[in-house]
Amino acid sequence: MKVLTLNFLTCAVRACKSSSDSFPLHPKDAELASDDVEVNPQLLVNLLPRLDWKALRTTSAELGFPQLPEQPPTIEELQADEKTLKDLHSLLMETNLMEGKLVCGHCGHEYAVREGIPNFLLPSHLV
Amino acid sequence: MAEKLDYLIRFSQSHETFRLPEIQALAVIEGVDLEVVSYSLESPFCIVRLTSEDAARKLIRRSILAMAIHELWGHGPDLSAVHAQVKFNTPHLWAQYLEVSFKFTIDSYQGSRSAQEKVDIINSFAYLGFAGPIKMRGADQEFILFEDWIFNSTPLGIPDPKHFYFGRYLGTGARDLPKKLDLKKRRYISTTSMDAELALVTANLALAAPGKIMYDPFCGTGSFPIACAQFGAVAFGSDIDGRSIRGDEKKKTLRGNFEQYGLVGCLGGVFTADLTNTPIRKAALRYDGDGVTGRVFDGIVCDPPYGVREGLRVLGVRDPEKCPWVITKGKEMYKQADFIPPRKPYGFLAMLDDILQFSAQTLVDNGRVSFWMPTANDEDQEMPVPAHPYLETLSVCTQVFNKWSRRLITYRRIPDAEVDPEAMKAYEANKAVGKTADELNPFRKAYFEGFQTPPTPATPPN
Repeated sequence: MKVLTLNFLTCAVRACKSSSDSFPLHPKDAELASDDVEVNPQLLVNLLPRLDWKALRTTSAELGFPQLPEQPPTIEELQADEKTLKDLHSLLMETNLMEGKLVCGHCGHEYAVREGIPNFLLPSHLV
Repeated sequence: MAEKLDYLIRFSQSHETFRLPEIQALAVIEGVDLEVVSYSLESPFCIVRLTSEDAARKLIRRSILAMAIHELWGHGPDLSAVHAQVKFNTPHLWAQYLEVSFKFTIDSYQGSRSAQEKVDIINSFAYLGFAGPIKMRGADQEFILFEDWIFNSTPLGIPDPKHFYFGRYLGTGARDLPKKLDLKKRRYISTTSMDAELALVTANLALAAPGKIMYDPFCGTGSFPIACAQFGAVAFGSDIDGRSIRGDEKKKTLRGNFEQYGLVGCLGGVFTADLTNTPIRKAALRYDGDGVTGRVFDGIVCDPPYGVREGLRVLGVRDPEKCPWVITKGKEMYKQADFIPPRKPYGFLAMLDDILQFSAQTLVDNGRVSFWMPTANDEDQEMPVPAHPYLETLSVCTQVFNKWSRRLITYRRIPDAEVDPEAMKAYEANKAVGKTADELNPFRKAYFEGFQTPPTPATPPN
């Protein structure tokens, strides 16, 4: 699972949907792997307005990546600055979460990640 | 002399109802201004008006159901009409082809010609004056005379086709892709994997393209995500059954399929999840959004379980009062690695509503959702096309089987400002409920009853 995915995922428990603490999920005991993926500037430009930048900063810090700037780059800045583009690409598209857990900051539910596949199924008392 | 030439698309004569929606979707993807001049489900020939030769090649390059596109020089019900049009419309084009190597062929749809007849027909075009070398392979230019014969012409003794088209070849579609992604050669598939050709058509209809984000909430072994990735999109998938994603955890896995085709870079992520309890972040539906914020996908493609071959279940317990111990046990055990959460049957129509609601909440403006649903062939038992106030129905394509059909329905997420709040209120007031698999799923019920029409009261003989 690419790190990008983490920016799309919240806690699946219905009661947590309204809480801002349920997003992003926090990786725990994370094992990372890296793929070699060709940079696609068009993809990053499309993605930029859809990313929750604050959540991405949290995720990036928690996974031990260098701190992202407080404000997201504008589309023009992203297109002009090859380093930002490459760094973002490497974090979002090349880094994979392989093993570990994703923890909800609101209810504390832990979703196990095995071989890059997190499991979001819930027991009956939580659906 | 005509200013602008028309172009001729030669389709394959299969999946007829999918062909035009596919071409129209490709026109959107490639930014081509498309005007359809003539098209019929019964014919593989379609005339379109485009701005340039380059636009024609672009329009067709990703098409799964179109074989090729040609610059149309003339057409008519007999050869003399074709000659008249060619002589009237195209003399200004002839000069550039006088010296180049060329090839001249006849493509007879539902008919055939003897070698001598072919030579005679080709020679009737001698006035074009092409003097370059004839090359059957690798010619610079290819000219084709298409013949549209009536079905079964030979036994019926019909001597001539009903229509002729003459054109210069420009480019082919992507008819090789279904072979590349052929299920027979794929490492890992299951009983309900979508065949490569229709998965690719689905990806086209949902506008999968480089730089886009696509999602399949019922991905199984990954047929749709693979098709989307083949067109350059980053594909995400989830399934309530994690086993279908993991496979044998060695080579036969969803990721293994991406590796087989060299598409791993386009595999965004897959996870085990239930659409009714999805972990995907969703934006609340509103009437004044900016079209992007809070929404993540460009396209959603799926073939949800119909509840016939693949059970339709979601998380939960069917009757919580009857079996409270299941819930209690879940409370104690759910943190263990081998815990399997209980599931209950769910309504197919409710699931379709959930897909549409989810799409409305997660698609960016003008993003598309394409999904498959079954229906009975009998008009009385036909299932209605589901609707949602935030989605515009673009096309309904049908693949017919013996007693039932499946339809590929494509919608466009309309911008918030165009949504009618009254329609949304009326929509929310209608929701279906039920408990057993049959109650919940009219298609499943009809399927197992053999699609019989309900018995009508016998009328007494006069």
